[in-house]
Amino acid sequence: MNLTAVKSIYMFEMARFFRTIMQSLVSPVLSTSLYFVVFGAAIGSRIDQVEGVSYGAFIVPGLIMLSVMTQATTNASFGIYFPKFIGTIYELLSAPVNFLEITAGYVGAAATKAMFIGLIILGTAHLFVDLNIAHPVAMLAFLTLTCISFSLLGFIIGIWAGNFEQLQLIPLLIITPLVFLGGSFYSITMLPPVWQTITLFNPVVYLISGFRWSFFGTADVSIGVSLAAIALFTAICLTAIWWIFRTGWRIRQ
Amino acid sequence: MSAIVSVQNLRKSYAGGFEALKGVNLDIQEGEILALLGPNGAGKTTLISTICGITVPTSGHVTVGGHDTQADFRAARSLIGLVPQEINLEPFETVFSTVRFSRGLFGKPRDDGYIEKILNQLSLGDKKNAKIMTLSGGMKRRVLIAKALAHEPRVLFLDEPTAGVDVELRKDMWDVVADLKSSGVTIILTTHYIEEAEAIADRVGVINKGEILLVQDKAEMMAQMGQKQLQIALATATQDIPAALAHYNLDRADDGLTLTYTYDTKGERTGITTLLADLAKAGLKLKDIQTRQSSLEDIFVGLVKEKA
Repeated sequence: MNLTAVKSIYMFEMARFFRTIMQSLVSPVLSTSLYFVVFGAAIGSRIDQVEGVSYGAFIVPGLIMLSVMTQATTNASFGIYFPKFIGTIYELLSAPVNFLEITAGYVGAAATKAMFIGLIILGTAHLFVDLNIAHPVAMLAFLTLTCISFSLLGFIIGIWAGNFEQLQLIPLLIITPLVFLGGSFYSITMLPPVWQTITLFNPVVYLISGFRWSFFGTADVSIGVSLAAIALFTAICLTAIWWIFRTGWRIRQ
Repeated sequence: MSAIVSVQNLRKSYAGGFEALKGVNLDIQEGEILALLGPNGAGKTTLISTICGITVPTSGHVTVGGHDTQADFRAARSLIGLVPQEINLEPFETVFSTVRFSRGLFGKPRDDGYIEKILNQLSLGDKKNAKIMTLSGGMKRRVLIAKALAHEPRVLFLDEPTAGVDVELRKDMWDVVADLKSSGVTIILTTHYIEEAEAIADRVGVINKGEILLVQDKAEMMAQMGQKQLQIALATATQDIPAALAHYNLDRADDGLTLTYTYDTKGERTGITTLLADLAKAGLKLKDIQTRQSSLEDIFVGLVKEKA
């Protein structure tokens, strides 16, 4: 195991994050505050409570998940796409590193960034609503797993993408709708029965549900199913990355 | 001397069916400078990329320092530094941080002193905190070399190091290569500038259409393959070449004052003695004679044409 290489890639990626710290942190904080103003204050004042929780507090886990999933995906996809685009990938391919080390470096950095942003949004939310986190350890575990699994997904997208449009295509067309429809701003029990069933095919439902459980102790689906779903998703992404490096798909001729 | 890089029957076919390497065999000796010479599309870059691990061979084997580049890729790649043909650098990084990254990527512990030393050697010392996008093309190429040297490789591949570089910088680059050689690094460079190979290489390999046509000691190659020309300046112009001299295939200059005789230095008999005697017999008076060795370029063009 070339741990020095993993650390080098990780530090290199984190340096990029800190170089653009303003846009990296300010924009998610700003957009989260806007969500609170619009959904929490304006609309939320007309909604009493959802599952015994005030609406303002209820949307916090969903908002964090929305940002974390988007940030993890875009950070990781950009992190590996950029070297491909400017040609510096030659160095990774000729270095004494294997796929696990490259993935650990890039995905680790992207997940860390997403984690930072998630925690900062949590802090921002505290300014707007009272929050009691029922299961803090589980909350951190869910957050970490989500950061890692969506960074893995982003890493795959970055390798697959042939241009900048493709790079943004999946986050924009698939992830954002899935997150919005995955119960970020509502409990799926508020949907008509048919839609409740359809929603169960949306993997994001399990992540948001589990994460919300760690805050309020209530969930749309059982916590065990949530954990199994995120484990399965991570396993699928890891297998895909292993296959990519084994065959050299899109990176090694 | 022993082979530090050994390429055995290496083949590479791309997905489209194009065969870029057709069974290449090549031994590179420790401490030498080998120039791989070939026209565009000959397979030079594919050969280097395959040795370095950027492309996967279709069949065949490569060992570096005795380590197989596939089965034992970590040990093999640790010995190699690669300077690519294109200037691929992160524009927003500083020189120092990108070179330090390269060292870490190859698993070497951080050593800022060593990186300073390399940067100074490459005259980049005062640019170490500059962003790469602010550097000139020549400076960027030096940064690529610094990155390749950051992990103290024993073999350095330079893929067209002087392509698109002005004459002065090219000379600088040759000095850098000479310094590296004296520090014991084995250097393989590809070029299509023949004068480059002639100026700095110990051995020259000629590659064309995915095949190595020849690998030979540069001086030996030029001596063996070289043709020499004898230029004879006449005291008085001659209208035509006398019939007695016809079998020498002399070229007569338009002014009739110069005759050129081409001979092969490999031949047992160059024919110079008899030619000079025959010239005297034919009544031609000599004013001056001089010989000229053909350049690597003439040899190269001859080889590529012959095998085409």
